Amino acid sequence: MLAIYRKELKSYFITPVGYVYVGIFLALTALIFCYTTLISNSYDTTSYFSMMIFTFVVLIPLLTMKLFSEEKKLRTEQMLLTAPVTITGMVFGKYLAALTMFVGSVLLSCINFIPLYAVANQERAEAASNAIHIGPSGAQIIGSLIGVILVGAAFIAVGMLISTLTENQLASAVLSVAILLLMIVLGFVNNFISNYAVRFIIDWISVLSRFASFGYGRFDFAALLYYLSLTSVFIFLTIRVYEKRRWG
Amino acid sequence: MIKIEHLVKNYGNFCAVDDISFSVEAGEIVGFLGPNGAGKSTTMNMLTGYLSSTAGSISIAGIDILENPLEAKKKIGYLPEQPPLYMDMTVEEYLNFAYDLKDCKYDRKKHIAEICEVTKITDVRKRLIKNLSKGYKQRVGIAQALINNPPVIIFDEPTIGLDPKQIIEIRNLIRNLGRDHTVILSTHILQEVQAVCDRIVIINKGKVVADEKTENISRAIDQSRRFNVKICGPQREVLAMLKEKSGIIYAEALAERDGDAYTYMIESAVGVDIRKSLFYTLAEKNWPLIGMEALGMSLEDIFINIVDKSNERKSLRGEKEKGYRPGKAGMEKQIAADIMKNTAENQKNDNN
Repeated sequence: MLAIYRKELKSYFITPVGYVYVGIFLALTALIFCYTTLISNSYDTTSYFSMMIFTFVVLIPLLTMKLFSEEKKLRTEQMLLTAPVTITGMVFGKYLAALTMFVGSVLLSCINFIPLYAVANQERAEAASNAIHIGPSGAQIIGSLIGVILVGAAFIAVGMLISTLTENQLASAVLSVAILLLMIVLGFVNNFISNYAVRFIIDWISVLSRFASFGYGRFDFAALLYYLSLTSVFIFLTIRVYEKRRWG
Repeated sequence: MIKIEHLVKNYGNFCAVDDISFSVEAGEIVGFLGPNGAGKSTTMNMLTGYLSSTAGSISIAGIDILENPLEAKKKIGYLPEQPPLYMDMTVEEYLNFAYDLKDCKYDRKKHIAEICEVTKITDVRKRLIKNLSKGYKQRVGIAQALINNPPVIIFDEPTIGLDPKQIIEIRNLIRNLGRDHTVILSTHILQEVQAVCDRIVIINKGKVVADEKTENISRAIDQSRRFNVKICGPQREVLAMLKEKSGIIYAEALAERDGDAYTYMIESAVGVDIRKSLFYTLAEKNWPLIGMEALGMSLEDIFINIVDKSNERKSLRGEKEKGYRPGKAGMEKQIAADIMKNTAENQKNDNN
């Protein structure tokens, strides 16, 4: 598993995909940061983080599109599957590599907060010494980071499953974008549906609705559990796809 | 070393491998033959644990591949039909990855250098795999299969697409590997099998139709009893004489003509060397013998016959087996039939 993890991580930087991903991720998050928090002249990061999730729709397929589709096309999966590695090990190796890239880029994007804290320090110095409430809320930022990473983890699992279904990287990417978009948009559609049962089901699928409480700096265990189970369902399905293929 | 018992693989309603059983001893090089779609690759994929079987069991060095896949896979090196190469890696990176993937525990640098030496890829170690020629790619694939020093090595058409020199090199390599490894080699190049393998297993339509030592087949082939003879003389009379002569069981005039010499094909009875007595008979009759050529048989002919026959057997099940008929390709048919009969008997004995 470790060998596959390392190989996968390395392959992001052998090909341009890794650089493109990190570059676009940082550029987009910086842009969003400018147009939300900075432009509104506040310390509030709620809209920054919820906007960030929309960039995942395009960016996460970049990470996941080649995970399995390329192996299938080059027939290298034969090497992985005949090596002394379990299917679960192989899937987790790949998943964790994509997750590492994602978490790394999210952490890198934290440089956006530097101006925020710089301004806060300055304001605090100018204001009276008892004005400790000036500045960004650490709880809000850390909570949102955790939330964003959980959403991303689930999205990566979705993208990974889709990449097992096709040999074509482009098809895998396009399909992933479509499905991730659907998962996000469903939350908005819900506002227009009056039937309770349908709302309940859509609410379960909709990823965005659970994210809100992280933005208030509240740690929501139900949401944590939701994202973790969503992620495991898709990882499990990926493993099943491979098991199924073996039993052909 | 390898034991396959009643292996079956169904794809939906299609039966790709139908009750195959055979075993391979340690140090044996077995050639695995069959026409396209016979189930060779499917069998190999099951052997290596890439596919699972519908029924039956496979054990590698005593370890069942379904019960303990990780341990069994450690004992196998596999080169699939298309070598599983990551084009964006250099040869060295790739072999390092294979080393880690297969959980090897040797002195890494030294071991990889050794493998490169054996497969003759030391010169290209720093190059990107996608820039290598096909022959080198194939060798990198072989290096990958050898890296965990497995007791069992499985090659699926290892020489396909190589130039003649490379083919010979790879064959030599395989023969050397056969000294301390068990090798299964699938191919449809028959000279390759003859040159490299100790044993030949032929499968057709998912069944083992022949399983014989290469030397036995070669010996059968060497006992050619068929000749093309060129004799000057009246064609009809010569042919009549040839047909009547004791020791000749079949004679046929061929359409070839050279002045007043005609060509005939004759076949002698088993255990008779017809050449001398034929010469004296002709001398007596004053018909000069101006050419005599032993007609060799090739593994190709036997292979084709075995495959044809196994096809026939399926379509005409229940029809009485035809005996030996001399003439064109009669002997190949006979040898093919003998081999198939032996195989069937051995299988029956194994079952009992």
